[in-house]
Amino acid sequence: MSQPLIELREVCKTYNDGQPNAFTAIDGISLALEHGRISALRGPSGSGKTTLLTLLGCLARPTSGRVRIGDEDVSALPERFLTELRRQRFGFVFQQFNLIRGLSARDNVMLPAFPLGQPHAVLSARAQALLERFRLAHRADAPVEWLSGGEQQRVAIARALINDPDILIADEPTANLDTRLAEEFLQLMAELHADGKTIVLTSHDPLVLDSGLMHRIVTLRDGRVVDAQ
Amino acid sequence: MRTWLNRQRLLIEYTVAALGRRRARSLGLLLTYTAVVFVLASVMLFTHALRQEAARVLAHSPEVVLQHLVAGRHALIPADYLERIPRQRGVREMTPRLWGYFYDPVVQANYTFMATADAPPPGHILIGPAMARARGVAPGNLIAWRAYDGAVHTFTVAGILDAHSELMSADLVLLGEDDFRGFFNYPEGQYTDIAIAVRNPREVRNVATRLSEALPDARLILRDEVLRTYAALFDWRQGIVLAILSGALLAFALLAWDKASGLAAEERREIGILKAIGWETGDVLRMKFWEGALLSGTAFLSGYVLAHVHVFHLHGALFRPVLQGWAVLYPRFALPPEIDPLQVLTLALLTVLPYTVAVLVPCWRAATTDPDAVMRS
Amino acid sequence: MRPAPFRPLPSRPRPASTYVLGVFAALIAAFAATFVDAARLRAERAPHTQASIALTARLGLTDPVLMTEARYLRHPSQADLHAHFQDHPLAFDLFPGGSLLPPPRHAHLAQPSATAD
Ligand SMILES: Nc1ncnc2c1ncn2[C@@H]1O[C@H](COP(=O)(O)OP(=O)(O)O)[C@@H](O)[C@H]1O
Ligand SMILES: [Mg+2]
Repeated sequence: MSQPLIELREVCKTYNDGQPNAFTAIDGISLALEHGRISALRGPSGSGKTTLLTLLGCLARPTSGRVRIGDEDVSALPERFLTELRRQRFGFVFQQFNLIRGLSARDNVMLPAFPLGQPHAVLSARAQALLERFRLAHRADAPVEWLSGGEQQRVAIARALINDPDILIADEPTANLDTRLAEEFLQLMAELHADGKTIVLTSHDPLVLDSGLMHRIVTLRDGRVVDAQ
Repeated sequence: MRTWLNRQRLLIEYTVAALGRRRARSLGLLLTYTAVVFVLASVMLFTHALRQEAARVLAHSPEVVLQHLVAGRHALIPADYLERIPRQRGVREMTPRLWGYFYDPVVQANYTFMATADAPPPGHILIGPAMARARGVAPGNLIAWRAYDGAVHTFTVAGILDAHSELMSADLVLLGEDDFRGFFNYPEGQYTDIAIAVRNPREVRNVATRLSEALPDARLILRDEVLRTYAALFDWRQGIVLAILSGALLAFALLAWDKASGLAAEERREIGILKAIGWETGDVLRMKFWEGALLSGTAFLSGYVLAHVHVFHLHGALFRPVLQGWAVLYPRFALPPEIDPLQVLTLALLTVLPYTVAVLVPCWRAATTDPDAVMRS
Repeated sequence: MRPAPFRPLPSRPRPASTYVLGVFAALIAAFAATFVDAARLRAERAPHTQASIALTARLGLTDPVLMTEARYLRHPSQADLHAHFQDHPLAFDLFPGGSLLPPPRHAHLAQPSATAD
């Protein structure tokens, strides 16, 4: 891998910039993440892991510094293009899963593809295939709030994959899971890695960090990288 | 183009699913909305058709009606009055008329009695359809009334006036002049008023002016003024109903605004999620636009269709209690539909636009927030 | 425990929007149909107006039978001792409208005697 897939250079993120309550959550981080790897961000609560993920995942723009995805500098792109980029290249698994209540599992999985305007039948079949892959086919028509935590996370992963992105981003994926489900999650990550996905996740769960699955573990503290093995 | 269509389909799909989640609320809103449109459209269609019909018919009423005044108050036309009216070239015909009111205690209805030259033979009457219904009589039946002088008069119903003329004839009782005078004890040689036909329609005002100069004790009522008055009257009645309704409409708008704009935290969160997973602000707004447009569009269309059926097929049945009031006689309004496209368009815009905007505006604010907020919900 | 129901194929549920758009299209069709229906009814009922017109012309009727509950309501256009439009057919003595908007000047006859009592 000559060129890193995601590259941060001197990135800072200051919340409420210019106001009295300004807070610098990311303080000059430079980091390169390679294609096809599983990377973990670790650090105590409040160290800026989630903030860093939003910068990597183009959910937010850095206050200063550069973010490159592939060979594109995205730090200055307008919102519209960021959205498109997000849709094409990233799949997100949020800490609270962030599924839309009241909609069926299948509808939730299909959502990220709606703006692309493919026929409903095509999307529906693709969502169904993903749900089958995650052993959720029998729950496809159930409203998501009826599903268990593990099932909800699998729906969230399926949703992240519907547009076939090359980067998967997961924030504290095992925080709400018991050991068995956490291991199952790692198993899934291994499969996705085998499919060639690049995975970035945050965690302070030893089960994840010590699983041997992580190619790279970046440790953060107070918005700085203290250890990037 | 295909992609665009597909995308709108999918956005609608989401909207429908989202509305389906709060089925009771959505249905309640839809029903209220439909009811408001229904009433507004009914009033609009009914008054417009009625006004047009009245205008068409009243265009054939007497061009001038001359009344006699005594001390500034309405009085009967004296016997010699016809001779006193100066002969005028512009006047084509002067017809003294005999008519009056009679209260029938049996059905508690007021009738309009009118003497006509071509009346049925003495002792026979022609009656209006609504009063025939109210009294339950058919041709050949006898009707007895106690007249104002206490004497009982009996008439044979010779026939019932054409049901199609009901708008003008519902309460009419037509009889011969002698019967009329006998029944009401009407002074011989005197009349109620005089209908004047003018030779040249454009001369009406001049003729009337000359007449009123010659007869200072006469009051002249011109057909044009009557027509204008009726046009204004219906406008005015419509205005009242609309005024009352606009209160309801306002309340409804507030409700809709409240429901739509008090964008629940839940909805705000959903918009954040959609943005985070790759929806553009525009997609979110289009989705919301479809929600507003589909809901208010459905309400407008069904309200209007129902109003059409109500006014033109059910003869405005729901207005009956309002319009009939305490009256016993009430004509059947089988009005020829008159539809003013501009009115319909106005109604459509007034109902569809505000709601759609009320849905969109607060959402626009939520949709322009940063997508990274989702990470911390 | 109840086994999960067997699904032979990924079901392709008909999207809900199909129904909603179907209903909407049907409503638009019904809306359009009201105009056709209106034209049909107008053609059918317009001849009926002739009956009213003939009667009006023959008897010199001046007012439609809209209100019969009291004598003074029956012929609003005909000034009478108890008539609503006592002074003038165009004067609304009744309601704010009359006080806000007096009859237009051109509607008055030149003679004061004909204008008002
Ligand atoms: N929207 C925000 N406004 C202000 N401060 C924020 C905001 N989001 C996060 N922070 C602060 O930034 C720091 C880093 O937060 P976060 O990235 O969530 O850390 P972690 O995920 O490692 O727990 C925290 O101190 C947090 O309070
Ligand atoms: Mg965090």
